[in-house]
Parts: sequence; structure tokens; C-alpha cells
Amino acid sequence: MNWFWSGIIGFLAETGALAAFAGKFFKNVFKRPFEGREFLRQCYHLGNQSLFLVAVTGFIIGLVITLQSRPKMTELGADAWIPAMVGVSIIREIGPIITALICAGRIGSGIGAELGSMRVTEQIDAMEVSGTHPIRYLVVTRVLATTLMIPILVLISDFVALFGSFLIENIKGDVSFVLYFDSVLNSLSLKDIIPSTIKTFFFGFAIGLVGCFKGYYCKNGTAGVGIAANTAVVETSMVLFVLDFVAVLITDLIFQ
Amino acid sequence: MPNSIISIKNLYKSFGSHHVLRDFSMNLEEGENVVIMGKSGSGKSVMIKCLVGLESYDAGTIDIMGKNINNLSEDEWDDLRTEVGFLFQGSALYDSMTVRENLEFPLRRHTKKFGEIEDTTPYVMEALENVGLGHTTELMPNELSGGMKRRIALARTLILKPRIILYDEPTTGLDPITSKEILILIKSIQSKYKTSSIIITHDVDCARFISNRMILLIDGKNYAEGTYEELSQQKDPNIKAFFKM
Repeated sequence: MNWFWSGIIGFLAETGALAAFAGKFFKNVFKRPFEGREFLRQCYHLGNQSLFLVAVTGFIIGLVITLQSRPKMTELGADAWIPAMVGVSIIREIGPIITALICAGRIGSGIGAELGSMRVTEQIDAMEVSGTHPIRYLVVTRVLATTLMIPILVLISDFVALFGSFLIENIKGDVSFVLYFDSVLNSLSLKDIIPSTIKTFFFGFAIGLVGCFKGYYCKNGTAGVGIAANTAVVETSMVLFVLDFVAVLITDLIFQ
Repeated sequence: MPNSIISIKNLYKSFGSHHVLRDFSMNLEEGENVVIMGKSGSGKSVMIKCLVGLESYDAGTIDIMGKNINNLSEDEWDDLRTEVGFLFQGSALYDSMTVRENLEFPLRRHTKKFGEIEDTTPYVMEALENVGLGHTTELMPNELSGGMKRRIALARTLILKPRIILYDEPTTGLDPITSKEILILIKSIQSKYKTSSIIITHDVDCARFISNRMILLIDGKNYAEGTYEELSQQKDPNIKAFFKM
């Protein structure tokens, strides 16, 4: 049973260290000077590098969901409900979580590897001894950038996924663009849009924070950089599922 | 009486059960070059990292320019760090920035000491010309040789005009000719800017060339102290071991 207890202790220690790191972020986020140029550079860099991937994935998901559900819905005589069903499932759940998972792989691992290599080559130490605060310059900018950019990427992914779904409906069911999106918008209410939008900010925060955390405390040379990148993805994915569950739970309590 | 710019008293540092520094004490006087020699893993690098707050220490006191660093606030650390430069063993240049950006980076963040600088070019060029690399401003670190990286790192340290420079093995990994060039550069900088320096090394030639005074760090303690000539003539086998060729 030793492995079990050491696993539990390791998990608690890691959670505590991540919480302490989040504390450092909040302590520094309002301190001046704010690294505005680096923040904008990160927003452009992170958004730009994930845009194509997120759009392609969203498009394929829209296609696949519609193709998979269409035969059954037609059989049940509910094909008119396809836009509503696809719209609600993409906006509420599939768009945010899939986009966040893709970004965890793309952005989280990138941040983990970048900061990890800066740590092992003493670049972070060099910043610190020159009186530049690495938490403010490296961590605050990246976490804020992911917190802002993930919701935007989710928005784009949602729209592209719905467009993909529309293409199938148009080809197979001869549904017009206006009719399809009218049907989608009519099926959505604020309780679908607001909670799912709010949770994407938390997803973005988690992706940036865990990526920075793994990279910032990277150890054991170049091998450690690979581990930092890898564990950043694994741990961010776990955190995203936990956050998603909590978000759904809270939404359910509020809107039941 | 000489004026100590750095004073370390009874410093202790351990990692778990491994005691790296035990009751280590030393002084650095104004304008002096002190070389600290010790075997690999003897705690030399840990000791200078304690001076700039990169490592914490378990007990003892460190005074830099009359300030006890145990109780410094964040702002006081920022001010102190403009006066204490640190040259890393691996140069630690920011690899996503050009040489110019590497040098501008600390300069733009110390508005208290330098004010808001509109045009950093004169500062950057002065620092680069001091190390003989005025033509490298737009190069990336991966386009530089090991010796050039070390010089640029030195220029980045100099740009803040520090009173003290800490060198962590400045010649390690360099060929003998480049090492000699770096040592000549360090000496010329010291005489031009009147800086005080602590140089960590296990290179005897480096120590002979550059030191006003040497300290041998053995078993975490200041085992012996003196000029190169004094120490190299000692009979103690622990000291003699450093000077055997």
C-alpha cells in the first residue's frame, strides 16, 4: 500500500505547490510595471499558433457530429431538431472542452517547454538577478494571455463547428444558411451561453497557469524540459475535466 | 582600515543532510578581485547565489554595501541588484532576443536608477564596445560562439553599471586563448569601472592572473586565505593539492 500513500502525498504536494504558484500570480498581477508589450506579444503568439488547429478541429467535429447523429434523427423523424441538438452540444460542452484540450496540448506544452528551457539554461535566474521579476514578465503575461485568448479561440471553434454541421445539413437535407443558424440561435438561451463562456476563461487560466508552473520549476536539465512539457499537458487535461465538472455542477445548481 | 563592500559571516547552507557551507566567512573590499577556489560540489556557486538571493541560506549574515540582505524588501532587492552584477557560467543570454534586446532588457526596467530612456543605443553600444563586440547588435544568441556569448553576458551585466560583479566560473568550457581574452577583459573592466569582484573558479591560471586575494573553500569553510604567492607556497597538503599541475 506504500505506493498508494506516496501517490496521495505526491498529489497533495503537487496541488499545494500549484496553489502557491497561483498565489504568486495573484500577488504580482496588479503590480507595476505591467509588461504590456510582452502580454500583447503572447496574445498574438498563442492565438496565432493555435487558430488553424482549433478551426480545423472544430470544423471536423461539426461535420462528424452531424453525420453521426443524422441517420438516427431522421429515423425518429426528428431531423428538424439536428441544428438545435448540434448547436446546444457544441456551445455548451464540446466546443469549450475540445478546444481547451487542444490548446492544453499546443499552448500548455509550449509554455512548459519554453520556461523549462529558460530555467535549465539559467535565463530565469539571470532575469531575477538583474532585478526583473520573472513571475511578472514570464508568468503573469502568459497566464493573462491564455485567459483572454482561449475564450476567443472557443468562440471561433464553435462558429466553425456549426458551419461544418451546416454544410452537412445543406448537402444532405437542403437546409439554407439562414434557416440553419436561425434554428441554432432559437434553441440557445442565456443559460447555455453564459456559463459555457465563463468556464472558458477558467480553462484559459488553467492552461496558462499549469504550463507556467511546470516550466518555471523544471529540474534535471534537458530531460526535465521534456518532462515539464509532457506533464503540463497531462495535468492541464486533468484540471480541465475537473473544472468542467465543477462548472456543470454550478450551472445545474443555479439554473435548475 | 579597508572598507568591506561585501561581508559574509558564519554562513551555513545545507541540502537535506548534505552540509554545503559550514561557518563560511569572508570579506570583499572595495576595488578588490577575490578568487574563490574549491573542488566541484564544494559550494562555491551556492555561496555566490546566496549573495544575490537565488539561494536561501540556513544561518549567518550577509551584508552588501552595508545592508543586511536577510531583511530586504522587494524594492530594496531591486535597487541592490542594479549594483551587483552576476555573470553566469553558461552566459544565460535570453535566446528569444537579439543581442541588443538582451542588453536593453534590464536597462528599461530600472527607471529608478536610469530614468525613462528614450534611446538605448548609446548605452548598448558603450557596453558592447567595452567587450569588443559592437558589430553584433542584431545577432541572435545561437549565432554567437561560446566566447562571444560570455562577452555579451558581461556587457549585459555592465550596462547596469554595477559596483560589484560576481563571476561564476567565467572561463569554464572555453579554449585557453578565449579564456585568456576573457580574463584580460575582466581585468580591464575592473580597472576602468573600479568594480569589486568575486570570481568563482577551479582554474589556477585564472586565479593567478586575476586575483588580488584568494580564498580556498574546503569542507564548506574558508580554509585558507591570501595572495596567490602566499597560498602556492603553503605546505598544507589540502592547499598544495590546488596548485599541483
